[in-house]
Amino acid sequence: MVCEMETDQIEEMDVEVLSSMWPEDVGTEADKQFNVEKPAGDLDTLKEVTIEETPTIADLTRLPDLLNSTHQGTSQLTNLVKQWEYMQDNAVRLLREELKNLNRQREEAEAKELKIIEDYKFESNEPENLPVLDETSDLFRKFRQKKRDALVDSKKIEIDEEFDTVAYWKQKALSLEKMLKASTERERRLVEKLHESLKTMESHAAPVQELTQNLKRAEGFLHFILQNAPIVMGHQDKDLRYLFIYNKYPSLREQDILGKTDVEIFHGGGVKESEDFKREVLEKGKASKREITFTTDLFGSKTFLIYVEPVYNKAGEKIGINYMGMEVTDQVVKREKMAKLREDNAVRKAMESELNKTIHITEETMRAKQMLATMSHEIRSPLSGVVGMAEILSTTKLDKEQRQLLNVMISSGDLVLQLINDILDLSKVESGVMKLEATKFRPREVVKHVLQTAAASLKKSLTLEGNITDDVPIEVVGDVLRIRQILTNLISNAIKFTHDGHVGIKLQVISEPSFASDNSLNADAEVDNNLTETSVWIRCDIYDTGIGIPENALPCLFKKYMQASADHARKYGGTGLGLAICKQLVELMGGQLTVTSRVNEGSTFTFILPYKVATSDDYSDDQDEFSDMTDHQSEPDDTTEGYFQFKPLLGSIYSNGGPVIGNGFLPHKVMLTTSPIKLINGFVADPSNNTGQSEIVQVENGGYVDETKLETSSGHCPESAHQYENGNGRCFSKESESCSSSQASSEGGTLEMESELTVSSQREEEKAETNLKESSKPKILLVEDNKINIMVAKSMMKQLGHTMDIANNGVEAINAINRSSYDLVLMDVCMPVLDGLKATRLIRSYEESGNWNAAIEAGVDKEILENEQVCVRSTNRLPIIAMTANTLAESSEECYANGMDSFISKPVTLQKLRECLQQYLH
Amino acid sequence: MDLVQMQKSLQDYTKSLFLEGILDSQFLQLQQLQDESNPDFVSQVVTLFFQDSDRILNDLSLSLGQQVVDFKKVDPHVHQLKGSSSSIGAQRVKNACVVFRNFCEQQNVEACHRCLQQVKQEYYLVKNRLETLFKLEQQIVASGGMIPAVELGF
Repeated sequence: MVCEMETDQIEEMDVEVLSSMWPEDVGTEADKQFNVEKPAGDLDTLKEVTIEETPTIADLTRLPDLLNSTHQGTSQLTNLVKQWEYMQDNAVRLLREELKNLNRQREEAEAKELKIIEDYKFESNEPENLPVLDETSDLFRKFRQKKRDALVDSKKIEIDEEFDTVAYWKQKALSLEKMLKASTERERRLVEKLHESLKTMESHAAPVQELTQNLKRAEGFLHFILQNAPIVMGHQDKDLRYLFIYNKYPSLREQDILGKTDVEIFHGGGVKESEDFKREVLEKGKASKREITFTTDLFGSKTFLIYVEPVYNKAGEKIGINYMGMEVTDQVVKREKMAKLREDNAVRKAMESELNKTIHITEETMRAKQMLATMSHEIRSPLSGVVGMAEILSTTKLDKEQRQLLNVMISSGDLVLQLINDILDLSKVESGVMKLEATKFRPREVVKHVLQTAAASLKKSLTLEGNITDDVPIEVVGDVLRIRQILTNLISNAIKFTHDGHVGIKLQVISEPSFASDNSLNADAEVDNNLTETSVWIRCDIYDTGIGIPENALPCLFKKYMQASADHARKYGGTGLGLAICKQLVELMGGQLTVTSRVNEGSTFTFILPYKVATSDDYSDDQDEFSDMTDHQSEPDDTTEGYFQFKPLLGSIYSNGGPVIGNGFLPHKVMLTTSPIKLINGFVADPSNNTGQSEIVQVENGGYVDETKLETSSGHCPESAHQYENGNGRCFSKESESCSSSQASSEGGTLEMESELTVSSQREEEKAETNLKESSKPKILLVEDNKINIMVAKSMMKQLGHTMDIANNGVEAINAINRSSYDLVLMDVCMPVLDGLKATRLIRSYEESGNWNAAIEAGVDKEILENEQVCVRSTNRLPIIAMTANTLAESSEECYANGMDSFISKPVTLQKLRECLQQYLH
Repeated sequence: MDLVQMQKSLQDYTKSLFLEGILDSQFLQLQQLQDESNPDFVSQVVTLFFQDSDRILNDLSLSLGQQVVDFKKVDPHVHQLKGSSSSIGAQRVKNACVVFRNFCEQQNVEACHRCLQQVKQEYYLVKNRLETLFKLEQQIVASGGMIPAVELGF
């Protein structure tokens, strides 16, 4: 490295002839910093200089060797010699010039002398005893010439005396003396001149000093450059043993390094690499740079930029390498950081665009869903009209073919309706609009009803069974509508894919499943419910012995519009939405829906849901329809019965014949699920009682019959009769819960026409009343004082297909109820004049006593009421739904306590209204 | 402004109303109720709300300005306003009314005055915003565009 620097210097500056020369101030530390061997002075100029300048400097046995043996060294020496020679030449030239001058002067003098001699020939024999200094020197000759000149002159002047007389000699002596003086003077001047000349010669003739100065400058320069350079420089021989090293920040003493290789000195990462790199350079003979990260015990993890060049001797053989290293750890870290930042940036950008894409897609999807939901809604209203009209049409006199066509029309319409309902359900769940209701219900009843329903529409020889373990509570709290929907869906699914064997539902209590603990939905559901019951987890298995589901189809089973295979879709039909809805509903309620299946052996769908256990003391009769029904259940064991079975009744089904045959069972289901009116139809169509005439009797008996006891027209169910009466006017099923049930209702309608008697049944009366004579709508009264709320509620009702009468306070409400009969009252709690709670109490009192005395006592306009008193109303319990701004438990209990059936929390939403109507308008 | 841009800004504006909590999902309910048979439903209801609320606020100011405040008069007004604001989804007005009612129960005149100011402030805010919203809608309709459907999932 040093050598390289030197050659550079030479090349660039040409005058700065350098030897290895180190800054003075580092000299004292030379032992540490210059790990160079001590000088052993056999090197001419270099040695002199080095010793002179820095006696402590390390060096230089090896270095001189190197300098001698390498090209760089040689060229440097050559340069030095050249410059010295040049200066010598200069001195010689000057001397020669001087000599020339002197010679010329001498020649002139001699020429003069000759002339004088020629002029005065007689003087030629003059004795030569005059003082003569030197004959060899040209100068002296000159002196003599001058002296002679002077002599000649003086002779010439003093010739007037007689030759060889005393005066003559005296005179001659005097003149000679004068000449001598002049000569001495000249001599002195010449000597001076000579001295001067010598001096100038001396100044030119000191090459060593000149060199020394140059070297000093070079050294100063090097010192200036190198003193703070954070670099390591070194020279290694062929075996990569250090011969020389300079390190600004030394961590090892020279004796630890010199004569050793990297590998011998250091241990750790990068050492081997650097060694290999050096060797590579040595082999290739080409200087190169590389960045190497060292991880050594000595100085930790550091990155060095290393430059290595091969060194050749004069013969062109490689004798080692020079290397220079600079620590670039910080730079590398920064660079890596930059790279990482850039990379992160790129990644972030990619993610961003990905996100944007996702957002875009999501937005599109949302829009599409919204669109689908809107369209579905739009389609449903007219379609309901079409199906409804078709149903009415089916009650008229038609021939067989017309009826057949109509049946197809109605069932297709129902299918579309079902599909649309499914879509709306799905979008409701997905958009989070769907709210769950917490109502008390009896799981045994629900299972039984679902099975009965299914059995009624059964067209195959399947056994349906229900099995509920004893530990399942008699009553639990949950969203019974949704649970029924799930059960019905799964059961009809199971039946669809099962050709023989059995299908069943099994209910059992299980401990809290693992997924429940982190299920926030569940927690929400619990918060919603202000009751203080303990929670219970019930596992419900719906099993069948059907065709099963291949394993590869399981993952997409719960996806929308997916069926196990296209073949299935063709063969079995269906929308492919059922399971997706079930799954979403179950999850919405904080549960889990799973499936296990074996091809050709059957499938089991299992859903696990949390329920609140209702305590018996806060039992009241304003529960949902099912508990309502069971309230009046005459069979005490029915509430705890844990096993139901519905056996196929094939024979009777096919005995009927005709286009209606296949649907022979349907009405049963309708009767059991929704309204007692349809129950009548059910009996009408019941194949076991297919003589129409007997129906009325059964209706009168209120025949509410299990399929198991179907053969006996059991009349031990007064509750149905009761309901039948109550059901008056509010039995038109608005939205059937499942495809089959709505289908059933339509089929029921068809069947009705089979016998004249059915036409005269209650349902027919109702239909005639509601559909044909008056408006088919149920009558709803809204009691509310806030104009804005009225406007909103009215508009919502309109969208749900209803109109409402309005009363502005409790008194107006009582008057309105007195005037005409309503199917449902929506009652604001907080109103001027007479608030909702009081009004409800008065209405209930009227229902019980048949008079408005309580109301009159309370100050409601006597006359009006008394006038109307004439028409004694039936003791129907009018459903009154509170609308309250306070959703606290206290308030809802207050509502119940005052005789309200349920409450809607304000602000009223479409969803709440719809659910309320579904529950209370049949 | 072209139509698409207007529709976009309407959507953004509506969204901002929800994000700022000025409106809540009840307003979406109103929008759902608006259809071809009743194309101005929302603005009708809201206009009614404005009329009603202006009257109520006026009455409230009078009642609270009395020497002896009759809280039996004040409370129904606040209840009324709470009910209607909740019905149209003016969430912040409703929330202010809830606080107001609490102080009515405590018969705290000073706090009621503060609440009235708060309610007024919220009311004028929602009024202002809704008027702007309707203006935007009108512009869109005027240039023959559709009011973009409100996205679910707020």
